[in-house]
Amino acid sequence: MTATAAAPATTLDRWEMVVGLEVHVQLKTRTKIFCGCSSDFGAAPNANTCPVCLALPGALPVLNERAVGLATRAALALNCAVQPVSIFARKNYFYPDLPKGYQISQFDKPLALDGWIEIGTRAVGAPIRIGITRVHMEEDAGKSIHDRFSGATAIDLNRSGVPLIEIVSEPDIRSAEQAGAYLRVLKQILEYVDVSDVNMEEGSLRVDANVSARRRGETKLGTKTEVKNMNSFSGVERALEVEFARHVGVLEAGGTIEQQTMLWDGSAVRPARSKEGSHDYRYFPEPDLPPLILALDWIEQVRKDLPELPAARRARFATDYKLGEYDVEVLTANPRLADYYESVARAHGEPKAAANWVMGEVMATLKTSGEDIGRFRVRPADLASLLNLVRDGIVSHTAGKQIFGHMVATGDPPAQIAEREGLVQVDDDAQLSAWLDEVLAENPVEAERYGNGEKRLQGVLIGAVMKKSKGRADPRKLNQLLTARFAS
Amino acid sequence: MTARSCAVVREETAAGRVLATDTVDAAVARAREVGAGRDGLNVFVWRDDDDAKSQASSIADRLADTKPGALLGVPVAIKDNIATLTMPTTCGSKILEGYVSPYESTVVKRLRAAGAIPFGKTNMDEFAMGSSTEHSAYGPTKNPIAPDRVPGGSSGGSAVAVASGIVSIALGSETGGSVRQPAAFCGIVGVKPTYGRVSRFGLVAFASSLDQVGVFGATVDDAARGLGAIAGHDPMDSTSANIAVPDYHAGANADLKDLVVGLPKEYFPASLDPEIRRLCDAAVDRLRGLGATVKEVSLPHTDLAIPVYYIVAPAEASSNLARFDGVRYGFRLEGEGLRGMYEATRSKGFGPEVTRRILLGTYVLSAGYYDAYYRKAQQVRTLIADDFRRVFESGVHVLFTPTAPSTAFQIGAISDPYEMYLSDIFTATANLAGVPAMSLPIGRIGGLPVGGQFLASHFDEARMFTAAYALERALGAEAHA
Repeated sequence: MTATAAAPATTLDRWEMVVGLEVHVQLKTRTKIFCGCSSDFGAAPNANTCPVCLALPGALPVLNERAVGLATRAALALNCAVQPVSIFARKNYFYPDLPKGYQISQFDKPLALDGWIEIGTRAVGAPIRIGITRVHMEEDAGKSIHDRFSGATAIDLNRSGVPLIEIVSEPDIRSAEQAGAYLRVLKQILEYVDVSDVNMEEGSLRVDANVSARRRGETKLGTKTEVKNMNSFSGVERALEVEFARHVGVLEAGGTIEQQTMLWDGSAVRPARSKEGSHDYRYFPEPDLPPLILALDWIEQVRKDLPELPAARRARFATDYKLGEYDVEVLTANPRLADYYESVARAHGEPKAAANWVMGEVMATLKTSGEDIGRFRVRPADLASLLNLVRDGIVSHTAGKQIFGHMVATGDPPAQIAEREGLVQVDDDAQLSAWLDEVLAENPVEAERYGNGEKRLQGVLIGAVMKKSKGRADPRKLNQLLTARFAS
Repeated sequence: MTARSCAVVREETAAGRVLATDTVDAAVARAREVGAGRDGLNVFVWRDDDDAKSQASSIADRLADTKPGALLGVPVAIKDNIATLTMPTTCGSKILEGYVSPYESTVVKRLRAAGAIPFGKTNMDEFAMGSSTEHSAYGPTKNPIAPDRVPGGSSGGSAVAVASGIVSIALGSETGGSVRQPAAFCGIVGVKPTYGRVSRFGLVAFASSLDQVGVFGATVDDAARGLGAIAGHDPMDSTSANIAVPDYHAGANADLKDLVVGLPKEYFPASLDPEIRRLCDAAVDRLRGLGATVKEVSLPHTDLAIPVYYIVAPAEASSNLARFDGVRYGFRLEGEGLRGMYEATRSKGFGPEVTRRILLGTYVLSAGYYDAYYRKAQQVRTLIADDFRRVFESGVHVLFTPTAPSTAFQIGAISDPYEMYLSDIFTATANLAGVPAMSLPIGRIGGLPVGGQFLASHFDEARMFTAAYALERALGAEAHA
């Protein structure tokens, strides 16, 4: 292949990007899809293996029911039609980390067909809907490790037989930005239905992109290339931009695109060494597994058991809690955060205050520590108690923030912390008057000027009392006392 | 010469009149006798007599405190493609030379649980591909009745282990007649159960949708007891059926008054060897004499069985044998890079017949050929299965046919693969349809055994055994004359 200069931006405008994405998602099962080995990530090499996933002579696969349940759940959440009969098929190819010499997958009769997801709205307000061609189940291959032993490749088969679903989109995506949006929405949905860790770094979510370019207004699809090896959503977006620009450059120069696999290296795409596109996988129905038959009432039960999906939750948060669009987006980003917020809001009773605290203090704390909200030390009930203390004037807002800090550090309940740290607000008239007297005595000039009508000095005086009270003085009451003192 | 029957060995062992160690000693002595020297029959690819004896003594030790198993003290020879913990499992192939399975097949576990003593791994056509046991990396096995002739195959070693009197029961495997045809050639009984009746877990796959473990017995009763011990559902094999296993011995003395026997005309073509036809006719007369109603039936797609079989079986084999790649176990030969290693390993590790079938199977599954070959073959396969279904639904209980179109041929006589494939012309249908079938001796031609075959509908082995028990009883010594 000869290098072709990528097309400049003005030229790019004359072309339209057409993208379809193939997303592999590891299902959250305890064991592998066809044997009883643990599917845990990170065990010692080849620790999680047995005759079945090592492909020893005579071993046979037995389908993991839990994997079928999760795959069905995912397919229904993606609005697919789950098929009452689907067929496992063998995809045959030789590779050292594919122990059987074939991968058990699904081919012409996949688990689910014809789904869609919405990835936001167009300028005119119509939702952008991306079609999902199919969702099928398959097993993962092992891992080839090329850099561990010099001159040799090591094989780790822990991943061999880990259950996956492959989610194939229609070529409905028209920009890198849309591809990113599709992936984020997809990830969010899969997190909501709790079928996968959807973690790209740990390999529980992998993305391959089919990309082509056509002149704007053209309806025929151009020749596509498949881009692999992206390891983040932003990487996918950048790889698509680069590969699209390469297509346009070639086409503008009168060249043709060769259908091939391209690898993204973080800044550029290059053709894969082996011509993966030229494989003949010789698919045929897996004779070791009977057809997968799902009863309609079982499928309906899985549908009924689906948790609330992101779109529904967003709508409900807007209605029930009267939250603005931005707050809703932030608080429903993942189901654990949404659950957390919702528990606080319900226990406290003031959704907006709960939202402010969760989006403010809580998220700032998590951002600093890098923790997931699922493991956050401050439980929703305790945060709600703290919010109650602030609302009821037991502690000041400032003291509330201090107490929150102690809660993060110790996990103790807020009332106990307020007591222990002496942060309970003082609203006793005698004590407040005593502090006020002291402050007026210590600041005679300011007191006199305030008495003469310089109302802006109120802040200085109140501030001095707050300082003297170590923040415990009830500012509302203090204001009343100060005003009353000079009212005569 | 035959080994003492399974029933007798069990009873005597349980009663303490015979020691399992003595039974094993007798088997060892006979195995040495027939295996020794240039004229040895080459029955086993592996035997560990000390291990067999130590298992026998542990049976004696446990005798007092356990209920006697169905095969108590019975040595059973095991085909070399069935995984065993204590002996190598090489499938008669160089590519698995010295390979010892770290797990045991369900059938061997069940044999042990029944009190049987796994006795040696028997020679076979490499990966069960063949009908003569000539295609083994460990040399051909010879027919004990005429040592210049083949014992049939692919389970030739197991057939000879029984026919030469070493053991009364042996396990074989069938993909297209590999138990019944050698049983016929060696003058013993061979059973292929319904697909799904016996677990395939630990049976090294040849063609998964056709493979079943089968049983050889010196008599119908030996075979029935052997099958009873290994049959039944296994959660480790998704294609095994969860259907209760009846007592196959129950019909041992029944007459055939309510039995309707069908004679499929396609199995008695004009070209059939007249001597084989004569022996079949005599057997059918016996069946009538036992009270059976006999009628002619038709299985119209019979002649398509061999072409269909030789598309479906190689297709599945090409995929099943991909795991023998030199990466994890077995034979490995280095070459230029990864591809070179694959090519060197597989071209030197597999023999010519296996290579031929892998190529054939790869071809019929290739893009552009799949519809014309594999898909079409699967469609015809359902027609063959429908033939059987219709006949059995019409009130016929069992079918009777010749097992093979010829008697045992001379070693080296057939070099054309297609001519060899035709040896399975009457047996491959049962594998394609998944129905149970068995062969039993019905007489001899020029001293060479001829087998008659019973076939029954799915999971109706019991009725097939009833018919076989009765015919064996009626034929008596004629079966071997």
